[in-house]
Amino acid sequence: MKADPAGVLTGVHFLDGDHACCEGALAAGACFAAGYPITPSTEVVERFAARIPKVGGTFIQMEDELASSIAIQGAVWGGAKAFTVTSGPGFSLMMEHIGYAVMTETPCVFVNVQRGGPSTGLPTLPAQSDMMQARWGSHGDYEVIALCPNSPQECFDLTITAFNLSEKYRVPVMFMMDECVGHMTEKVIIPPAEQIEIEPRRKTHKPHDAYKPYECNGDGSLVPEMAHAGEGYKFHVTGLTHDERGYPAMTVAAQQKLVGRLRDKISKAADDLLLVEQDNTADADVVVVTYGITSRVAQRGIDSARAKGLKVGKLRLKIVWPFPDQLIKKLSQRAKAFVVPELNLGQISREVERAAGGVKTVCVPHAGGGVHRPEDILKAIQEASR
Amino acid sequence: MQLTEIRIAGFGGQGVILSAIVIGKAASVYEGGFATMTQSFGPEARGGACSAQCILSDAPILYPYVSRPDILVVMSQEAYAKFTPELKEHGILIVEEDLVRIGDLKPGVKVYSVPATRLAEELGKRMVLNIVMVGFFAAVTGLVDADALRKAVGDSVPPHFAELNLKAFDKGFEYGVAKVKATVEAGEVEFHAHAIPFAE
Repeated sequence: MKADPAGVLTGVHFLDGDHACCEGALAAGACFAAGYPITPSTEVVERFAARIPKVGGTFIQMEDELASSIAIQGAVWGGAKAFTVTSGPGFSLMMEHIGYAVMTETPCVFVNVQRGGPSTGLPTLPAQSDMMQARWGSHGDYEVIALCPNSPQECFDLTITAFNLSEKYRVPVMFMMDECVGHMTEKVIIPPAEQIEIEPRRKTHKPHDAYKPYECNGDGSLVPEMAHAGEGYKFHVTGLTHDERGYPAMTVAAQQKLVGRLRDKISKAADDLLLVEQDNTADADVVVVTYGITSRVAQRGIDSARAKGLKVGKLRLKIVWPFPDQLIKKLSQRAKAFVVPELNLGQISREVERAAGGVKTVCVPHAGGGVHRPEDILKAIQEASR
Repeated sequence: MQLTEIRIAGFGGQGVILSAIVIGKAASVYEGGFATMTQSFGPEARGGACSAQCILSDAPILYPYVSRPDILVVMSQEAYAKFTPELKEHGILIVEEDLVRIGDLKPGVKVYSVPATRLAEELGKRMVLNIVMVGFFAAVTGLVDADALRKAVGDSVPPHFAELNLKAFDKGFEYGVAKVKATVEAGEVEFHAHAIPFAE
């Protein structure tokens, strides 16, 4: 379906990434946000709070991040599209409820504008050090989807994608920005509503007495249909392991069936969830794997290396989770090495190393607070190509 | 336009960020080019050091940071001391002349000074000194079309302050035009609009 024009601010704007993310959420149809504002993500909800009364919806400034991350899930079961926005310290507090959204298959979006950590860290400065937390932060085995934009335009475009994927797979989606992209201002083109594709909620149309909240349709999809509160359907939403009726089921079989399906509905959709940008990777000796702001910084290093005659390709991950194992595997048949610059001490580089199956993988770490010097990335490329 | 790096720096509260937004918006939204604006500031709201970086180009900008500005606009002595060393040779230095005392400079640096705060006070609001500065910037660099900048000023400030800010822009612009004319007549610097050196 197409976007509702009410939330779409069609036109050419000069926006920072935070504001563009807010506009993406509004265009995607988000009509509820709950948050506990935190630098450097505050501008997202600040704008949402200003815009939503005119668009039609609600923003609640909650008492903390725990409340924010569960209030949005209540709103979703009430029929809204909803999201919350935070940065590292708040993201840590939301982990419990990310697991809850996974278990209850509540489609929602968690925006994390990453800053330097651990703890309070560097409130106004960038990092990409929550990437593993986005994947593994809540307890239990599960899969989520995580996206990384590298410009304000992508903060708009990919926020819409984040909402769409959360609806399609009924999974919480992590929108992993960073302080640089959040506070960077560039031209953002917002198209007319009729050009924006929106994934509708996977709502059930079954007769009331035939509906089981966690039953798959038999059409091959592993994503059950959803009912909203107040529509006459009986359903139970619980974080306990449950059967197809949503009733707690404390058995090995029920656990295997549920947790297996929660994993499979994402991992078996790897092709649909591949969103990357490739540049000269086909005949590259060295492939620089990068995401978020670092992809733009790395470009200088890549350009310098190419100017020196090195065969360097770039693989930019727009969707980081699920990780594109198959693509890395394919590239590793030709490439001699992978170089992974990131604003952390080695997170996604380990995933690349794992998927590359023995092909040399060089991490270019950075503890955060700034971005890499392009010459450090160049140096790593040169060393990797030897 | 070739890739041009601009840094604007001063105290928090002088409107440093807004002036960079206006320039970036004019160049990208109204002139169809590309602009990337980034900013850095301390945790304090006013009085701390504040700097905005704006890169303009007619091609998409990948690397988003300014390392060696072609143009440096400074509105405080601290900003002058901190950022002047990174200005390119033959770059342009624009200063708030009542707030900045200039020392030794790299060869070929062109200096344009303007009493932006005083000019803003003549309009009744010191607050608009940043837009006076943008007007002056437009006149002495010729980098961004003045009408595009006027449009960007008009829609970047609250509507009831638009008129005042446009006056501030024009005041700075006229001061800049006169300054350039006087400089050329005095034979001090040969002025070419759109001819900023980009040699690297």
